[in-house]
Parts: sequence; C-alpha cells; structure tokens
Amino acid sequence: MGYISLTEIEKDIRIKKCEYWEIILQDDMKERMVSAENSLKEMQGMYQAMKQADKSYEGRRKSSSGLAGTDGLKIEKANKTGKIISGEFMGHVMERAVKMGESNACMKRIVAAPTAGSCGVIPAVLLSYEKDFKMSETRMIESLYVAAGIGCVIAKRASISGAEGGCQAEIGSASAMAAGALCYLRGGTPAQIHNASAIALKNLLGLVCDPVAGLVEVPCVKRNVIGAVNAVTASDLSMAGVKSVIPADEVIDAMKNIGRMLPCALKETAEGGLASTPTGQKIAKRLSGK
Amino acid sequence: MNIFDIVGPVMVGPSSSHTAGAVRIGYISRKLLGEEVHEAEIYLHGSFALTGKGHGTDKALIAGLLGMHTDDVRIPDSFQMAEEKGMKFFFETADLGDVHPNTVLLKLTGKSKRKLEVMASSLGGGRIQVNSLDGLTVNFCGDYPTLIVHNQDQPGHVAEVTSMLSHKSVNIANMQLFRSQRGADAVMVLECDQEIPKESIAWLMHLEGINKVTYLSLKED
Ligand code: SF4
Repeated sequence: MGYISLTEIEKDIRIKKCEYWEIILQDDMKERMVSAENSLKEMQGMYQAMKQADKSYEGRRKSSSGLAGTDGLKIEKANKTGKIISGEFMGHVMERAVKMGESNACMKRIVAAPTAGSCGVIPAVLLSYEKDFKMSETRMIESLYVAAGIGCVIAKRASISGAEGGCQAEIGSASAMAAGALCYLRGGTPAQIHNASAIALKNLLGLVCDPVAGLVEVPCVKRNVIGAVNAVTASDLSMAGVKSVIPADEVIDAMKNIGRMLPCALKETAEGGLASTPTGQKIAKRLSGK
Repeated sequence: MNIFDIVGPVMVGPSSSHTAGAVRIGYISRKLLGEEVHEAEIYLHGSFALTGKGHGTDKALIAGLLGMHTDDVRIPDSFQMAEEKGMKFFFETADLGDVHPNTVLLKLTGKSKRKLEVMASSLGGGRIQVNSLDGLTVNFCGDYPTLIVHNQDQPGHVAEVTSMLSHKSVNIANMQLFRSQRGADAVMVLECDQEIPKESIAWLMHLEGINKVTYLSLKED
C-alpha cells in the first residue's frame, strides 16, 4: 500500500471525495495492477473464509498440546442460556473470538488478520455485527478494506509481529483495525474511524507476547476476546464523540517505540511473562518431555 | 506489502510468522532453486530456534520445500511426505548474527545437483524477506517475479540485463545492487511487474562475466 500514515488517508478521502474503502481499493488496484472486480472478489474470499472458519469450529477438538479447545462451546452455552451479563452482542463477539482462536491452535484453516495469533478479533466483531445488525455482505467487505488500510499503516509505521513488537503489535493492531471497521459500518467519519483505532490501540499498548511453551494458545486464545471487546467499546466511545488526545499515527509510533524497548524475553521467545510462571514452565517441561 | 498481507492469507494455523511465513520461505526457496529439492540443511535462528517446534516451523519449512502453499491442510504431515519423495533434510539451531529473530538459513541441493543457499526472515503476518543468497546480501520479499544475477563487478552487466528486460517489455518495480568488494562478486536483484521469458534467462546465463542467474517465477510449476 502506498499510504504511510492515517492522516494521509484522511486527506485523500477529503480531496477525492471518496468513501474510505474506495481509497484503499484504488490503492490496491494501482499497487497490484488488478481490476476493482478482482480486488473485491479477493476480499470477498477473505470474508467468506472467515465465515467458513467460524462455522467449521469443532467444539470438542483440542490442540495437540491439550491446552486449547472446548471453551467456545462453554460460551455458546452461556449465551444461549442468558448467563452473559455484558449484553447479547458482546456475548456473540466473545464466543466467536474464542472459537476462532481455538480453531487456529488446532491447526485448522483460518484467515490471518493481521496474524494467526490474532485471527479471532476481526471476524468476532464483523461476523457478529453483520448477523445481529442485519448488514449486507457488500458493506462488510467494504469494512474489511477499512481494516486493511489501517493495518497496512500500522505494519509500515510499526509492526504486526509479536516477535518484533510484542502482543500489542498483534492483538493491539487487530483491535485497532476492527474498531475502525466497526466505526465505518456505523456511519462514522474518517476522523471517527481513526479516533476509534487510536483509542483501541492505546488501551493495549505495552501488551507483551509471552506464550506458554511458545505455543499460540495460552494466553493468545483469550486475548482475542479482549481485542474484540476493546474494539467494540472503542467504537462506542468514538461514535459518542470521545476523542483520543494523542492522534492515531502518533499512537502507532508509540507502539513501535514500546516494542523496541521491550526485552526479547517478552517478544514471543517464551522466556518471560506468563511463559516463565511456575505453571507455564511446568507445562513447557511436560510438553518437551513428550 | 499489500492489503492481503494484512487481511490474509488464508492459512493453516497456528502462527502466521512461525507456520505460514515458514511455509512461504520454503516455497520461495524451492522456486529459487528451480528444481525439486534433494537435500536440505536447515539452520534455525532466534525465535525460530526457540519456539519453532511448538509452532510446527520445521514441518512448515519442509512443506514449503515440497511446494505446498500456506493453506494446504497436509502441512502437518510434511515430514512423511518428504520421506516418500526421497527428500533428505536435517535441522540445527544456529546463531546467524544480527538478523531478524525469525530467521532461517537453508542450504539446498536440487535433484540435478544445483546448489543454493538462502537466508530468509519471517516478518510477521506471513510476510517474508530473503536476506542473502549464496552468502551475498540481497533484499526482496518474493511478491514479484524476481531476477537475481550474480556477476563480476565490472561495467556493462547492469545495462545488459536492463536492456534485455526492456526488449521483452518487462517493467522493473525495484532494483538493487550489492557487491562484496570492488571488482569482486556482485549481485543485482530486480523485482519485475511481469514474468521474464525462459529463453531470456537462459541467454543471460551464457554471458561473459555472469556467474549465476536465479529466477523466482510466480507461476505454478
Ligand atoms: S501472546 Fe504472542 S503469540 Fe499470543 S497472540 Fe499475542 S503476540 Fe501472538
């Protein structure tokens, strides 16, 4: 993608008088030399693959380590029996986030968005919004362009890799992308979209990558829930008119700086944080002894 | 990087950097070798070495070397498939120096004894970067048809290559030149918008002062 800042995207939307997603689509057409039809088809493919992955969740399956699996089913049940107090929509978001995270841990086919570890955040928010708020698939695909545009800028200015920037770069980025996409679907302006992304990312700054035994399972699966829920609340704040004091581009730069400062032990090496707790180490030992 | 590196790829889990990126590194390396892999010595660095096993990085690299894509559901079974095909491989951990944490060095020998050394990093989200070929620094991501020419560092070779490309109506997206020292080995990397015809690659190989030509085609074999 040609854009290196969200400010630039906002400016172009103003100048060209286009919708947010159209600006990103045009950029993709230019970059990859494809027709609008081809690009849209590919994006539709991504959305459908997300839907497919959501549908093909296997509630009884466990990952080969035995650490991940079956929690999606529990939340599904809690949702169905009215045991969730954070609201119906939020219940669905949580359920989908866990299910997708578990599918990934079980080596099933998912859509990395932006990464596999964070693959539950965007579909949890978008698939739930489509269903509960009766959106057309066309609009959903448009919102994926918004998410992708924001994600590209984050990848360019900072990073989307846990090994490079910690979990803030994975779950944080996914959350910022989902928050922006959701604002777009709710009719937010480009400024509100970026404001929601800024709020979402700010809330997850400093989040370290500390997977137990180095596997994308603990804490990853449940972190997809916080990424998704955080995206929804950030969009609520932004749509209500709450503004992030620090502009989105600067929040992204802060994320990069924090990532640099984080020691290697907290960047996917499984040498610190939750991975180095007594329980985490016990699990790692058990798995390596297998 | 394009938007489908960010929303996408569709892949088999669990890790985009340690599983999908590794499949892609294997796949691109096999394409660069230009033939089936007979033997692979694989050196894992940093986070690849530390947590690679839990993420199936080893299986993913072999799957890629066998020509599989990131969404291939056979990835978990790649070792067995390699055995069936008579492909030999071994893994070791190594310190490859001041490189990205997810870096691997592959020493490959093809079915017809062609050799290639590839060092590549997985940058996250399934994106990769090739850092060195046969010990010389390069920098490309494998998203474009890419021509890599090892030549003697002397005047004229860049012109030969670029005029051939212009003759074949191939547009250059990115071009880089590297050399070990003045007058010694040099390498040029050209990322192109179109595929380069086979006969043009063969023609280049026979030019005086050109040591090796490697071509990454994005077409399926
Ligand atoms: S803890 Fe690390 S591996 Fe797990 S989701 Fe976060 S960044 Fe990815």
